[in-house]
Formats: sequence, C-alpha cells, structure tokens
Amino acid sequence: MDTQSTLEKVLRGIAITAVILFFMFPIFWIFLMSFQTNETILRVPPSIVFEPTLTNYKALITGRLESTAGALEIEFMSNLFNSAYLSTMAVIVGLILGVPAAYAFGRLKFRGSEDIAFTLLSFRFAPPLLVLLPLTIYFQQIGLANTYFGLIWVYQLIVLPLILWIVRGYFEDIPADIEYAYRIAGHGFWATFRKIALPLAMPGIAAAGLLAFIFAWNNFIFALVLASADKQPVTVGALAFVTASGIQYGQIAAGIVLSILPTLALALYAQRYLVEGLSLGAVKG
Amino acid sequence: MADIAGPPRRRGLRISRGWLPYVLSLPALLACIGILIPFFTAVAYSLQRYRLSQPWAHKWNWGENYLNFMSDPSFWNTLRVSMTYAFLTVGLELLLGLGIALLLQKRTRFNNFVSIMLLMPLMTAPALASLMWKLMTNPGFGILSYFAALIGLEDFRWASSPQTAMLTVVLVDMWVYTPFIMILLLAGLRSLPQQPFEAAALDGVPRLFVFWRITLPMLTPFLLTAVLFRVIESIQQFDIIYAMTQGGPGDKLTVFQVEAYLNFFQSTNVGRSAALLMILWVITYILSTIFIKQWLKLRERQRGET
Repeated sequence: MDTQSTLEKVLRGIAITAVILFFMFPIFWIFLMSFQTNETILRVPPSIVFEPTLTNYKALITGRLESTAGALEIEFMSNLFNSAYLSTMAVIVGLILGVPAAYAFGRLKFRGSEDIAFTLLSFRFAPPLLVLLPLTIYFQQIGLANTYFGLIWVYQLIVLPLILWIVRGYFEDIPADIEYAYRIAGHGFWATFRKIALPLAMPGIAAAGLLAFIFAWNNFIFALVLASADKQPVTVGALAFVTASGIQYGQIAAGIVLSILPTLALALYAQRYLVEGLSLGAVKG
Repeated sequence: MADIAGPPRRRGLRISRGWLPYVLSLPALLACIGILIPFFTAVAYSLQRYRLSQPWAHKWNWGENYLNFMSDPSFWNTLRVSMTYAFLTVGLELLLGLGIALLLQKRTRFNNFVSIMLLMPLMTAPALASLMWKLMTNPGFGILSYFAALIGLEDFRWASSPQTAMLTVVLVDMWVYTPFIMILLLAGLRSLPQQPFEAAALDGVPRLFVFWRITLPMLTPFLLTAVLFRVIESIQQFDIIYAMTQGGPGDKLTVFQVEAYLNFFQSTNVGRSAALLMILWVITYILSTIFIKQWLKLRERQRGET
C-alpha cells in the first residue's frame, strides 16, 4: 500500500489542504475579525493585514458598547457566566444521578434494566421541542419558569443519557472478580462501590463529564424556549446580541470567540475520549 | 450473584440486594419522569384545538389537527424541506467524511493532528457556527460574499435569497457535522483487521477493487451507525436554521422544529405545533429503533474485540 506515485502524493496534498481550509478558515477568520474595528472589517477588498485592537473584548468585558448612537449596556459577560454555571451544575447533577444508575445497569443487571436504559437513551433522540413546549406552560404554573433549577433539570435530557451509557461501559469493563474479592474480604456494598468500582471507572466518568459539559454548553434550544434574558447562556445571548448591537461586527466576532473558546479548549484536552463519547460509548477511539 | 452477598454483615442500614439496583437508578428515573409527563401532555395537545390567543375555544378535536395536514400545503412544505435538508446534509457529509477518513487513515503524527483540528467545528455550538457563517456571508463585508463576487457571482445573497438559503444552511451543517462522520469512520477504518488488506496487497489486487470489496463491506456497521445517528439529528435540526434565518426567507427553511416553534410562539397555535412534533417524533422513533439495534451490534462487537 506504500506504492504512491508522485501524482497521487500531490493530489492527496491538495485534498488535505482543501479540507483544512474549509474547516479551519471560519474559525481563523472570525478570530481575526474580533481584533478589528468596523473600519477595517468593512474594507474592500478584505485583507488580513490590520492593526489589531482589543477594544472589542474590552467593550464586552466592561459591558459597555460605545457606538455612534451612544453607549449601550450589554449583558454578554452574564451570558458567559450563565453558560458556565448551567453547564457545570447540569454535569454535577447528571453525574450524581447518572453514575449510580450506570452502575446498576452495567454491573447489577436487574429485571427491566435494559428496557429502562433504552428508554433513557431514546430521550436523546426525541425532538426536544416536543417536551419543551408543554414544559413552558408547566414551568409557569409551578414557578420553575426562568429559574436555573428548571433549566438544569431539563439539561438532564442530554446530559443523563450520555453519562449513563459511557460510564456503564466502563463499569462493564471492570472484571467483576475484583469487586467480589473485595467484598469477600468483608467490605460492604457501598465500600466496594466507593473504593473499587468508582476509582476504576474514573476515566470514563471524567470523559463523560467533560463531554456532557460541552454538549450542555453548546445547547441552544432549551434556554431559547425556557429562559429570559437574565438566565440565558451564550448560545442564545449571542443571537440577541447580534440583533441588539446592530452593526458592531467586531464585538459580535469577539463574543463568538469568547463563547466557543471554552468548548474548543476542553475538546482538545479531552480529545482521546471524543470518539467514544460521540458514539455514546459504542466505538472506542 | 446472590451467593456473593454472604460475607460478614456490617452494621448500619442495609438495603437488600434485590432492591439495590432500583434504589441506585431511582433518582435518574425520577428526574426523567419530569420529562415523560410533558411528553404525554404534548400528545394530548396534538389532539386538541388549542390556541393561546383563544383560551375559551380550548377543546378536544381528536384527530382534526392531523386531518388538516392532508390538505395543508404548508405542512407538505415542512415535510419536503425537512427531508431535503436531512438528505442533502447527511449525503454530502457521508461522502466528504468518508473521503477525509480515507485520507487520514494512516496513523501518522500529521494525520492525527489534522483529525484533532477537524474536531473543532464539531465542538462549536451549532447556533454560534451559524452566526460565524452569517458574518462571513454578510453582503456588505462577508469574506464569502467577496469570494463569490471574485468568481463572477455578483450579488450572491447566500441565506437571504430563496434560491440559495438551503445551500447556505446545508453548508453550515456540513461544516459542523462532517467531522462527526469522519471521526467515527476513521476509528472504524483503523480498527479493521489488517490480514485481508495484506493478502490483497500481496496478490496485487487493484486498490479500487480493495476499497469496494473489502474496505466498504467491513466498514458498513460504522457507516450505518454514523448515518442513522446523523439522519435522526438532521431531520430535527433547529439551531443552525433558526440562528441563520428563523425559517425564512418566506417558508423556504421551515423544517419541523422551526415550524413548530413559530406555530407555538408566533401564531400561538399549540394544537398544530404539537401535532407537527408528534409526526416528527414518530419519524425519529422509527429511525432510532433501527439505530439503537445497529448501535448495540457495533457496541457489542467493539467491546468484544478489546
């Protein structure tokens, strides 16, 4: 298979370059845009030579957007905080609920366990609006509308199946004999779970947690339907920001950069778990 | 398993072995009941005449919402747009994803680096990806509008033109999700046993023949899993389309979830919105049943090998 002609090498090179261009260029371009003023953004023809400026980031961080029409207060930093808070809490709650259940499904195998595990998995594939629209009405009635608690609960819809199925696979991979040996030595169930099963499944739990965080952060529809401005994460906030700021393109770009940076950084950090997580534990990378 | 539970009893609360799994999974199940109840509410809404603007006329009309769809051109438009979107995105992503996976198949440092870089679009929130492309296709300063003009497409309107709106959102979808298919197929390709390929190479079998007769058939479980997964998600796409055009221009991009969202919040027609979502649910339910079977098979196989 190593018999590559020069022509083939060249073609391969061109193909890979084209692929990298298509997938990397938008991120690169928006990144550049975030360091420009409207003046340089609006130049024709566009150019990558410009005097970089931090004013866009400054405006976002201080929350004051100076434009020709006067100063505008922006809530972008609070959106960023909401994203961080909602995703972190959703993952913590998801782990507390999901890890014991994953152990039950993976190790203990009880009557109906497969059915329940599949029902939980099928939530992952149902149209989210189907549940969200009635929820808007219920949440109004029981006072959960526009609360962090309500949102974190709904986030379990994506967080739980992910955690459940990835962590379950890790529990299944631990040889049951290790746990039995520890139990025969006189330790109770909880001690075994805490001292043996949890530490051995820790890589899986960490991977599931990181991925769940990324998915929660990237979610758009839950908060769009259920949250008002003060609880909105960046995904929804950025859209409102585009409408509000009008033509402050540099700030929009800077906002996008700040919003995608955390997930990109986490993804690079967790990349060896990504394949497994994206396939819900079916394929190992 | 029961015979293991014997050893010395410890003090304190003991939950009997039979109840244990239920106790462990109960919290997760309870959290999900909060999700199941609204599901049944939605089923009920879909069988009612229910407009938020006319609360007095809220009553059961049984299948009328569904029957109305038969003669409702905007429903057929929704169905057609959703199918077109799913077909185009998944088809193109499959071809491109497979191509890239084959390019990066060899485990070299460079290939691994590229495959990790390509994950970045996938980790970008789809709604934000749409905003990025919106900035790039802005008629005033968008770099892509500029490129389009360079190759002779003057005044190319991207998402704001009815002719190219679909193309634009499909492009964004491809940008975000092609890496998903690529990364699954790459993992698949790299996990294939080497003997058939070595044997074929020894016998001097043409590479194209090897691809069609050995690589593709062995890759099929991965292909099916990736494609089904994507079809289920793509037919429900909301984020990219809503962030880009909110379903417009006109009704060009009113896919199921966008149309249901607009029905609910703009025309406050809860009944029609719920009925639309039920139809979408039936489609995804059928697909996901097939998918889960396929996914389990792959999961068993992959676990068996490691």
